[in-house]
Amino acid sequence: MARIIVITSGKGGVGKTTTAAAMSMGLAQRGKRTVVIDFDIGLRNLDLVMGCERRVVYDFINVINGEANLNQALIRDKRCDNLYILPASQTRDKDALTRDGVERVLDQLSEHYDFIVCDSPAGIEHGATMAMYFADDAIVVTNPEVSSVRDSDRMLGILASRSKRAEENREPIREYLLLTRYDPVRVARGEMLSVDDVQEILSLRLLGVIPESKAVLNASNAGIPVILDRESDAGQAYGDMVARYLGEDIPHRFLQPEKRGLLSRLFKG
Amino acid sequence: MAERSTAPSAGPDPFELKVASFSLPVLRLLAPDLDSVALRLGNRIERAPDFFRNTPIVIDLTELDRRKTPIDLPQLVGMLRGYGLLPLGVKCIDPELSATAQALELAVLREGSGRRLNPSAEPLAVPAAPDGSGHRSQAGEPNPGRVPGQPASTLITKPVRSGQRIYAEGGDLSIVAPVSSGAELMADGNIHVYGPLRGRALAGMRGNTEARIFCQDLQAELISIAGHYRVSEGIPNELRGVPVQVFLDHQILRIEKL
Repeated sequence: MARIIVITSGKGGVGKTTTAAAMSMGLAQRGKRTVVIDFDIGLRNLDLVMGCERRVVYDFINVINGEANLNQALIRDKRCDNLYILPASQTRDKDALTRDGVERVLDQLSEHYDFIVCDSPAGIEHGATMAMYFADDAIVVTNPEVSSVRDSDRMLGILASRSKRAEENREPIREYLLLTRYDPVRVARGEMLSVDDVQEILSLRLLGVIPESKAVLNASNAGIPVILDRESDAGQAYGDMVARYLGEDIPHRFLQPEKRGLLSRLFKG
Repeated sequence: MAERSTAPSAGPDPFELKVASFSLPVLRLLAPDLDSVALRLGNRIERAPDFFRNTPIVIDLTELDRRKTPIDLPQLVGMLRGYGLLPLGVKCIDPELSATAQALELAVLREGSGRRLNPSAEPLAVPAAPDGSGHRSQAGEPNPGRVPGQPASTLITKPVRSGQRIYAEGGDLSIVAPVSSGAELMADGNIHVYGPLRGRALAGMRGNTEARIFCQDLQAELISIAGHYRVSEGIPNELRGVPVQVFLDHQILRIEKL
């Protein structure tokens, strides 16, 4: 039985797809058979971030509609044998996601994989609720600013009430907080919410803090999950996140502003 | 053809039946002299015409009812409409007045509640999720093992998130977790919050003026008791972030440090 993880947020542009790519790649690198599904029907991005956009033949909706079988639609990652991608459809409407269809696909995948990572679209509409409905774990991606925090809070409310686990009165979805685009310098200046500020409102298990980093955009543009960039702070922070998810106890890094010498200040501006 | 649908209903309902609560202004009439009401009300409305335009309003005639003072309801309703207000309903006891109100297509509201003056009407049972998301999301928790005859109380132990609504019907609501901004707590009795209260709290939903709100850390967006409410702006700074109780003192909402 696979564990189903939904990457969600409510608000758009906070780093869900980046996180889904990093999470799935990180799990796969640790030997877990992993599949990552793009639920953002009509606005697919995951294939770009994963760098497999030119290998998409069939997609999630084709499988739901029975126009292709799973093996035809799944794309094996070239960098890691344990990782498969199920891309979203770019041409269909999100209403093509039916609950029965999604459940059938997840059930099939569940037999062969350890983890199923669901990349949720933004918002709290159909696509987002489909992505979270069957989840076992939820990673709520939040930026350190008030609107993102409130949307995450709203999402947590929906997770608690509109998931399969909630409807069947089973153990609730395990919720984790992932803070992204964290800039310790701006936090120190009081321009950005701190980890503690966010935690005071959301009070969740903190899975990781991803620092604001140029590496993230560069990696997305290049189609390489940023977790593979071991040089970058964001890549390392995502690595820590995966380890923490799998139960390792690792202290949080990148929470303090980097101490910079006079020379680097002069030259880096 | 006004054919009554007798066909078996297939598929999901094309509607949802919900219960929602709204804060409405109430015009409580203390004297039957409509001319002076018109004059004074006109003055008020002139000062803030936009605030009153198309504002729904409830007419409270219980005070006149109590004193058995007759009132020209059609004229009053006409006057309010003339000022751009939208009378929705009338609170009264007198059956004759009720009949007049119904003839004017106004809802008849029972004293202190949103229910119709109709003894056979069943009180609405557990309200459905107002927006399909939050209501009673802490599944299974409210009123566990409710014993008939005992006041129903609801205990919530998980954070109440933005967009969630919890209604403790017929009793108290206790929360031992934070209440986020954008969340809404409602209870027919008291509300207790052991954690920061950042959302809305409405106690005495059915008009119980004795209901109170107790909280450890008041940061609420709105607090209300039996329809008397105050929004965040109206809460003095020295009462924010400290343990307080909120209660009604002669129709005035008071917040007091604990």
